[in-house]
Amino acid sequence: MNTVWSYLIAFAVWPGLLFAAPLGWLELWFMRKLVARLQGRRGPPFFQPFFDFMKLLGKQTVIPRGVSRGIFLALPLVSVGAVTAALAIVPLPGNPVPSLPGDVVLLLYLMEVPVLCEVLAGYVSRSIYGQVAAMREALLSLAYNLPFLVAIIAMAQEAGSFRMSALQAAPYGIVHLLAGVTFLLALPARMKLNPFSIANAEHEIVADSHIEYSGPPLALFKLSHAVELVLLTELFAVVFIPATPWPLVNLLVYLAAGILVLGGVTLLATATARLRLAQAFRFYWVWGGIASAVTMAATLVR
Amino acid sequence: MNLIERVVAISRRRSPWICRLNAGSCNGCDIEITPLLSPRYDAEQLGVELHGTPKHADIVLISGTLTLRSREAILDIYAQVPNPKAVVALGSCPASGNVFAGSPLVLSESLDSVVPVDVWVPGCPPRPQAILDGIARAARLLEDGATKSQLQNWQGRLS
Repeated sequence: MNTVWSYLIAFAVWPGLLFAAPLGWLELWFMRKLVARLQGRRGPPFFQPFFDFMKLLGKQTVIPRGVSRGIFLALPLVSVGAVTAALAIVPLPGNPVPSLPGDVVLLLYLMEVPVLCEVLAGYVSRSIYGQVAAMREALLSLAYNLPFLVAIIAMAQEAGSFRMSALQAAPYGIVHLLAGVTFLLALPARMKLNPFSIANAEHEIVADSHIEYSGPPLALFKLSHAVELVLLTELFAVVFIPATPWPLVNLLVYLAAGILVLGGVTLLATATARLRLAQAFRFYWVWGGIASAVTMAATLVR
Repeated sequence: MNLIERVVAISRRRSPWICRLNAGSCNGCDIEITPLLSPRYDAEQLGVELHGTPKHADIVLISGTLTLRSREAILDIYAQVPNPKAVVALGSCPASGNVFAGSPLVLSESLDSVVPVDVWVPGCPPRPQAILDGIARAARLLEDGATKSQLQNWQGRLS
């Protein structure tokens, strides 16, 4: 098969949009349903995230006065494109993309693009709430990226390569455990969930940084978030769950691990209240910093 | 109506996002909205989400006596809601001014003279079940393309 075709298939079909979008909606529904059940409610119907997406596609787009039309409409597209391209690099079983040297670096870069898009979306909207949300998002990304990046870089150090397939095939050891915990530490903030949801504190700053977005662009931002959930959970599974020689078993294990991680993160989000920005920042630089130091030390000791 | 239009129409009924607008209410109606999101009534079963910004809303819940100052705000916020949209008037106040009718600072008119109202929910305050029923009726109107704003401007529809 031609290399260009394999990239296109990985982006558009598997593990790209065609499968990631329904999987992301499934994960969103699972989180909402779990929160509802934990609060003693019935919760949304199974197709709710899909209905939300389709409804937003059929709505009018209101562009605020004085906002540059091009960048306003381009940001959600870039966000979805980047997060899907990142997912296409993850070596899930059956992914047609060949492993490149240094694709870990590309993956980490692409994973920052949706965050950047959200920050820019808040600033270009000319809404004071959007700008506050963007500022918080940007500051929080400085905090949670410490443990997040260290977890992946420690695994690259352990595997001796910046290749995703090498990370996946690295012999299981203590570093996996430590780096996995460090990764999980960063996960709630990356998913914008309680207690690190200060950037989308709807009771305080009305909404998150897409406050001025409506219609299809908002739908794309929601889709980007759904695909990002799949990306984060599957990245955790691929890097930190030991692989078996059978691809189909691997796939099932990865999906189950993803749902399990989401369940744990949702449980934490339901049980905790929102931290202030300074508290969240301090948490990540103190506890995230300690976890990062221990993880890096473990890779160097061996 | 092709398949995608049909799916979008169904989605409008299944995913009504609401936004509250207090136009001079005593807060009674607004307090009756909060139980909708609680375990007892759980509006999320119907896909209802409460949003703070009119840009994300499909249905605007307007409560309270219309005052001289809130008229402009209602028009402004109504214009910010992207089409297609529905308006639900909560309680007796938007309909008639209720006990405040005739006061010097109160616009003694029905809300219908300011923005097109699709569903009236009577009561002072209305019961949460009645508000939920009003939202469900407005969502059904959105599916049928029968809200007053949809009938007024056809370009708001997908077709």
